[in-house]
Amino acid sequence: MDFKDYKGVWVFIEEKDGEIPSVSLELLGAGRKLADKRGTELAGILIGHNVKKLTTPIFEYGADKVYLYDQPIFENYRTESFMKALLECSNKYKPEIILFGATSTGKDLASAVATDLPTGLTADTTELDVEEETGLLLASRPAFGGNIMATILCKKYRPQMATVRAKVMKALEREPGRTGELIEETIDLNESDIRTKVLEIVRETTKKVRIDEADIIVAGGKGLGSAEGFQLVRHLADTLGAAVGASRDVVEAGWIEHPHQVGQTGVTVTPKIYIAIGISGAIQHIVGMKNSGIIIAINKDPEAPIFDSCHYGIVADAFEIVPILIQQFKAALNREEVSHVREV
Amino acid sequence: MLHIVACIKQVPDTKIIKMNPKTNTMDRRTAPAILNPYDAHAVEEAVRLRERYGGKVSVVTMGPPPAVKAIKKCIEIGADEGYLITDRRFAGADTLATSYAVTKAIEKISKDNPVDLIICGKMTIDGDTGQVGPGIARRLDIPPLTSVNKVVEVNQPEGTMVVHRKLEDGYEVVQSTLPCLLSVEKTINEVPYAPFPNMLKAARYKSHVWSVDDLDDVDIKQLGLKGSPTIVSKVWAPPKPQGGEMLEGNPQQQVEQLLSVLLGKKELFQSKEGV
Repeated sequence: MDFKDYKGVWVFIEEKDGEIPSVSLELLGAGRKLADKRGTELAGILIGHNVKKLTTPIFEYGADKVYLYDQPIFENYRTESFMKALLECSNKYKPEIILFGATSTGKDLASAVATDLPTGLTADTTELDVEEETGLLLASRPAFGGNIMATILCKKYRPQMATVRAKVMKALEREPGRTGELIEETIDLNESDIRTKVLEIVRETTKKVRIDEADIIVAGGKGLGSAEGFQLVRHLADTLGAAVGASRDVVEAGWIEHPHQVGQTGVTVTPKIYIAIGISGAIQHIVGMKNSGIIIAINKDPEAPIFDSCHYGIVADAFEIVPILIQQFKAALNREEVSHVREV
Repeated sequence: MLHIVACIKQVPDTKIIKMNPKTNTMDRRTAPAILNPYDAHAVEEAVRLRERYGGKVSVVTMGPPPAVKAIKKCIEIGADEGYLITDRRFAGADTLATSYAVTKAIEKISKDNPVDLIICGKMTIDGDTGQVGPGIARRLDIPPLTSVNKVVEVNQPEGTMVVHRKLEDGYEVVQSTLPCLLSVEKTINEVPYAPFPNMLKAARYKSHVWSVDDLDDVDIKQLGLKGSPTIVSKVWAPPKPQGGEMLEGNPQQQVEQLLSVLLGKKELFQSKEGV
C-alpha cells in the first residue's frame, strides 16, 4: 500500500426527507479544517435517489468536490447497497480519511466498509486532528464510559476512518454560491444483488421527543428521590418552556423514558441553558451536556462533582428552591410583559 | 429448527469503575466483571426465538479464562451451549481483529450445526463501538441488520426473516434472507430473573473452551494486536472543569441571583407560549 496514492478528506453525507442532517454539515466543518491543515481537498460523498439538488449545500458548507451516486437502488438506506457504492468509490479515488456521523446509519455503514477494505475505524470520536506532514489522523474519543479520553491512530492502513459524534463539531457558516466539482458516478448493481428489502417505513405519529434540539433543558437526577419528586423538574420545565432531561439512573428507575436521557448512552445536548437538578454529575452525564451555553446546577451535596462542570452552582434543597424560582420567574415575566404593553 | 448464535462479552462495570488519578489507568479491581448488559438482551431474544420456532441457542465469546462466568450468566438466561475462545494471541484485538476471531469461532460452531441467525447486543459498555457485529456479518458475507428493536417473524422454509429497525423518528420494516446478523437494541425485550432450573444448569455447566489451535484456517497475522489496524497512542483524563460561580445566601437570595442569570437570556423566554 503506497500512502502517496491516498489523498483528500471525505465526509459521508447523510440524507433524510430530502435534507442534509446537521451532523453531516458539522463533519464538513471538521473535515475542512483537516483538509486545510493537510493542504488537500475536502469532498462529500452523497448516495441516494433524486438527491442531486443536495449537492449545492454540500459545496456551500465547505466541500471542494462531491461524489454523487444517484440511482433508484439507493432509494432507502441499506447496508449492502450503500457499502458497495462507497467501497467502489473509495477504491477508485483513494481518500486519505473518511468521516461518518456516529448516527445509526453512519455507524452501520462505516463498520461494514472498514471490514471490507480493510482498515481501522475509530468510533464516536469527539476530537479530530491530523499530522500535517504524515496525514496521520488523530481521532480522540471518550473510553471506558467516559472515564478517560484516548487518541486512536491507524498507522498502517489507508483510508483512515472515524465516526464522529453529533453536536460536537461546528459547521461552517453557509457560503451561498460557493461551488466545486461534481463527480457523478454510477454503479452496476441490481436489486437481486441486495439481500435485504425495506418493506415499510413507519414514522411515529406521537410527537417525538428531541431534546437535542431544545434551547433550554431542565434535567433531573436521582437526588429528586422518587418519580413524584421528579415532577418538580417537569413543573420548572413547563414554566420555562424547556425540554425535560434526565440522568441515566432516573431513566433506569423508570421515572422517565430513554429519549430524555442525557449523556454517554443517551443524547448529547447543547442547549443555551441547561439546569441540572439533583444530578450528581457522573462523567457519563457530563460528556453529554458540557457544551451547553449556561450550565446551572442545583444540588444538596456541596461535594457533588456537577459543581465542577457548571457555570452557576446552588447548594440547596431543590424542593425548597425550585418552587420559589417557578413563582418568581412567572412574576418577573409578567412584569416584563406589562412594561412591554405600556411601551406600545 | 433454528440454530441461533449470540455473541457476548464480559466487561468491567464502567458505571462503578474508579480511575487511578496518578496513572490515568483503570483500577480494574474496583470494577466487577459482568456480562455486557446489551448482550443479555441479545441472548434473551435468541432464547425467545428458540421458544417460538424450536432449535438451539449457542453463545460465543472471546476473552480471558474467567469469561466463562459470563457464559454461565447466558445459560441462566436460557442458552443451550457456550463457547469461549481464549488465547494470548487474541490479546489486544481492536474491533477488526475481534470480528475476525469471533467469525472463526462461529465457522467452527457452524460446521456440525449450520447457523441460521446471529444476534449481537447493540454495543459493549467498555468499548462503546457497536462495530464488531457488522464486522462479523461482512466476514461471513451475510446481511447485517443493526438497531433492531423487534423481530416480526422468521420464515425458515422461505429462508427469510422480518425485523423492525429503529430510526430516529420511528422504525423501518426490513426483510432479509437467512442467515443474517442482528444487532439488537435494549428495548427489544426485558430480561426476566432466571428461572431456578436454569440457575442450577448454569452452576453445573462447563463451557467449551478453544484456543487458536482449535480453530480452522486461522491467519495468525489477523489476530490480536498484530491484526489490529488501530492503536491507542495516548490516554488521558478529560480536562478537569474549572467549576462555576456558587450562588450563596438564603434560598430567597439564591433564587434572585439565579433569576437574574435566566433573565439575562430573556430572548429565549419571550416567544414561548404558556408562560
